[in-house]
Amino acid sequence: MQNEECKMRLLEHQAKKLLAQFGLAFTRSVVVSSPEAAVDAAKQLQNFSFFTLHSAFVLKAQVPFGGRGKAGAVRFAVTPDDARREAGELLAMNLRGVQVTSVSVEEKLAFTREFYAGVAWDTQAKLPVALLSIAGGVEVEQSSHENLARRAFDPWMGLSPYIGREMAASVGLKGRTLSGMGAFLEKLAQAFLACDAVTMEINPVVETTDGVLIGLDAHVEIEDDAAYRQKERLAAIGDIAPTATGRAPTALELESQRIDAMDHRGVAGRVVEFDGDLALLIGGGGASLTVFDAVRRHGGKPANYCEVGGNPTEEKVAALTALLLSKKGVKKMAVIMNVVNNTRADVMARGVLMGIEKAGRKPSEAISVFRIPGSWEQEARDLLAKAGVRALGREISLDESARLAVQHVA
Amino acid sequence: MLLDPKAGILVQGITGREATGMVEDALAYGSRIVAGVTPGKGGQQVHGVPVFDTVAEAVAKHQPTVSVISVPAPAVLDAALESFAHGIRLCLIMSERVPRLDTCKLVEAAKRVGCTVIGPNTLGLICPGVAKLGTIGGRLDNVKQSFKSGKVAVLSRSGGMTTEIASFLTSRGIGQSIAIGVGGDPIIGANFTELIELLENDSSTDAVVIYGEPGGAAEEQLAERLKKKPSRLRINAFLSGRFVDDLEGVRFGHAAVIVEGGRGSVRGKAAALREAGVFVADAFDDILKGLQANAE
Repeated sequence: MQNEECKMRLLEHQAKKLLAQFGLAFTRSVVVSSPEAAVDAAKQLQNFSFFTLHSAFVLKAQVPFGGRGKAGAVRFAVTPDDARREAGELLAMNLRGVQVTSVSVEEKLAFTREFYAGVAWDTQAKLPVALLSIAGGVEVEQSSHENLARRAFDPWMGLSPYIGREMAASVGLKGRTLSGMGAFLEKLAQAFLACDAVTMEINPVVETTDGVLIGLDAHVEIEDDAAYRQKERLAAIGDIAPTATGRAPTALELESQRIDAMDHRGVAGRVVEFDGDLALLIGGGGASLTVFDAVRRHGGKPANYCEVGGNPTEEKVAALTALLLSKKGVKKMAVIMNVVNNTRADVMARGVLMGIEKAGRKPSEAISVFRIPGSWEQEARDLLAKAGVRALGREISLDESARLAVQHVA
Repeated sequence: MLLDPKAGILVQGITGREATGMVEDALAYGSRIVAGVTPGKGGQQVHGVPVFDTVAEAVAKHQPTVSVISVPAPAVLDAALESFAHGIRLCLIMSERVPRLDTCKLVEAAKRVGCTVIGPNTLGLICPGVAKLGTIGGRLDNVKQSFKSGKVAVLSRSGGMTTEIASFLTSRGIGQSIAIGVGGDPIIGANFTELIELLENDSSTDAVVIYGEPGGAAEEQLAERLKKKPSRLRINAFLSGRFVDDLEGVRFGHAAVIVEGGRGSVRGKAAALREAGVFVADAFDDILKGLQANAE
């Protein structure tokens, strides 16, 4: 599956700390991990209540995903005592399987307008693209054409402030706001390139009553593949929380991650659990998607998705096989891969047979089909034949293999 | 032809473990690998191929115009720029985990010199019976079983599926003009649209099989191009990962939604391609139906 998950999402306060290094301004905030600390934070912020609405605070749970407002994870407080209560409630929350352990206490700013500013990759233009909307807020992707400016820029040159000013002008900004937004977008683009970001969004950016542009929230994702050259920057902002997309992982999925991490050689993991009776040991990536679709199309009920490839060790394959077979309600396992050239069919066969033994099953009844054509195919066939299993060859397509697998479960 | 059979091939990072094995298999298949480069290892040989310290020297002595890059990810941008500076016309990048910024930078630089980039993160490409670049298909016996010469081009976002599709076609008597793993990264050099445009000028290709996956907008972009300007090629597609559309909780940021404009689902890709006149196979085996319908 394409690597949507191969990125690190920073917590809001980490993102702000990172972006502040590039000259972007944010509301003053203090990160706390107890209700008592929230009281101190509120008192500390009160001392600077110059810009603020009369001692009003915002408290936000620090979790690595968006949609906090709708989830009730953004609260308002008027007094330090309110802050204590709200912080206590936030710290007791568990969102999408993530326990809230820190809360950002911030001054509540008075502002006149709000905007959305972002930078992301346009995968088809193969360029970074800056975005500016005069309709800041949660539904910014609904912005009408005339409210949204979008400009790709050269990754070698960055975004000159004039591009930012042109974007500002195109959505109707004028005067000091126009110039300020030009500089704001330049800095955001600079941060995006310098930090190897996948996404940077400041939503909203507000214009205060005295005309300053200040960010209220920040969303930053850094590319995993560039982590090697972002070590210093990332170390300075503290531990990065594991990225949470979708539902929390199941016990089986967590165990498969552990198995995959046992050894760096090859992949035998990326398991997603489903509610079915046919375990799937499938690969590589593209064939896994193809086989999963085909099993469903032929009326089968997959117990899991997974990806195997890159010549994993026998031990990893055995552990994963035993794990997938141990799932409640699983009747049989299908082992299907595309024509392999790096992965060895015999290593896969040995691992699968070991795993079946570990699970206390018999190969001839546990395997619905075994189809791994390509390198060391003959050796695999011989091993399986001894165990009473007839391996399928490349002349049986992925689709046909999936159909046979489903047929043998019924 | 995208890969000129007479062109000399350079391998950057030739002394690396993966590159060494790749060179052995590619030479056995008949690929014209004329030189290799590993900075600091000039003067060595890899399976009889001379190694140079710089691309400049390799080009001066052996005039390669095609390069295969197999260097560690942090060195890819530099290696690619070095090849562009010395007249390489086709550059295939096998390396995985190249930061997106580096890919974008090298793609921009390639545009300026008119070099075609395949990858990063590709197993390679093969013109059956002529040459192969990269590890595609593996060892000689496996390559010979999987690929045979013919008129169908295979373009695939998955390396393994490139060989699987070609092998399926071969076993049904349908040969291939070229098979390309376009690369598995979100941002790659030549995507479907650009490759189709190159293949339109290739008389050895009549039909195309495209393999697509969830995410990105390469399939939608091709559909848009075909609606604007139909192709002389008969195009067929197989898309996998339909179940991913129904997975809960895959949430993207606002920026990704704005930039991708709601593209990325398999359902959407299939609909867009069909609307543009592409035969979209619902099941893998239906690829054949498409090609047979084409032929009638």
